[in-house]
Amino acid sequence: MGLSKRIIPCLDVDNGRVVKGVRFVDIRDAGDPVEIARRYDQQGADEITFLDITASSDNRQTMVHVVEAMAEQVFIPLTVGGGIRQVGDVRRMLVAGADKVAINTAAVANPEFVREASGHFGSQCIVVAIDAKQVKSGDNPCWEVFTHGGRRGTGIDAVGWAVRMAEYGAGEILLTSMDRDGTRDGFDLALVRAVCDAVTIPVIASGGVGNLDHLVDGILKGHADAVLAASIFHFGEYTVGDAKRRLAECGIEVRL
Amino acid sequence: MSTVAVIDYGMGNLRSVCKALEHVAPAARVFLTADPDALVRADRIVFPGQGAIGGCISELDRLGLRAAVLQGMNTKPFLGICLGLQALYAYSEEGGGTAGLAVLPGRVALFPHERMHNPADGQILKVPHMGWNQVHQVAAHPLWRGIAQDSRFYFVHSYYADAGDRGQVMGITEYGVRFTSAAGRENIFAVQFHPEKSQHAGLVLLGNFMSWDGSA
Repeated sequence: MGLSKRIIPCLDVDNGRVVKGVRFVDIRDAGDPVEIARRYDQQGADEITFLDITASSDNRQTMVHVVEAMAEQVFIPLTVGGGIRQVGDVRRMLVAGADKVAINTAAVANPEFVREASGHFGSQCIVVAIDAKQVKSGDNPCWEVFTHGGRRGTGIDAVGWAVRMAEYGAGEILLTSMDRDGTRDGFDLALVRAVCDAVTIPVIASGGVGNLDHLVDGILKGHADAVLAASIFHFGEYTVGDAKRRLAECGIEVRL
Repeated sequence: MSTVAVIDYGMGNLRSVCKALEHVAPAARVFLTADPDALVRADRIVFPGQGAIGGCISELDRLGLRAAVLQGMNTKPFLGICLGLQALYAYSEEGGGTAGLAVLPGRVALFPHERMHNPADGQILKVPHMGWNQVHQVAAHPLWRGIAQDSRFYFVHSYYADAGDRGQVMGITEYGVRFTSAAGRENIFAVQFHPEKSQHAGLVLLGNFMSWDGSA
């Protein structure tokens, strides 16, 4: 009896539409984030994450409507990331029906923003997203924080950054390996473990999942509290239910 | 037509609570309000909340809602969610010590995470307690109808209610410590978890609340 590990499908949303094609066979509109989120909800997803990759601020209002529609139909937690730069952005998403917001570039630009947002709304709804790249291998590996979708290095050590963000009031860390993202080679387990063991807040591992054993490894070897994946679910290779059964077979507590 | 007032004191994701109530009771009128008279007129009251308890209590007072909330707790079906459970106790450790509404016996404490380890693997337990955990129903209640024993609900909180053995506990959950995840008396029922985010089990609980006459 205890807290289960979470499986979180992630959808990239551009101007209100899901990108990186989702290929469910019996879905009416594979570009509608709410319809896809409902499908994952039915499969037993523990949460849903929407990453808004919209470049223009005009189109960001579209995301608010997506979140509102989601809140009317899907009754599991929703995290929204992308373009969250000020307290007003956080409030807009929470009022629309998001449970948590993920802050990435804006946290690096102004760490006090994380303190301010968690002070206003509570740590429980502030996720700090960290995109990390390995910059030193060997016995004492190091990872650097990157921003702007992984294009810009910051010189900041990722593990130390996670610790600092927890001190500033983040309630959770969403940790993505830029080296593994899109490779389907599995999580960067050394990175995941280094961050998970360094902080006392929950950590979601992301980047590189290509099969169900990768999810198991992220939890058992990486010590992740939750695992996030996109393509293995989008392409219909596995359902969330398949993933949960695999975790349960490995002795991991899940919500079935 | 049944009316349900969701107390709006500017904290948390209130839209989700309203939408979940509308989903389970399409014929009911669900409204967000900070008007004490509207609370008095409503057939049922939902007291949701997230964030810090000090802000919650001070906003209730600033908006002049305390008397209407207490009156509602004595007269009609009343559901507290998350902070809406914690606020029912007399004292919370949060914010250096905060006085609550003192409706239920017990207190609210911070998870002692430096002393909390997962018995299965020895790893330290993270705080906030975030995710799906089991609720063990320790008393029969109309709001548990149709919900399997030890069902999982979605939690997110760093402080927990400790009602000890003083009764009025409806559900308990284990996370490093054993805490009160549901409590109530007479027409009051309150839960630490978020039924509006707990998929099927949560919607069943909300549906039970919407048809509850307030007797235990």
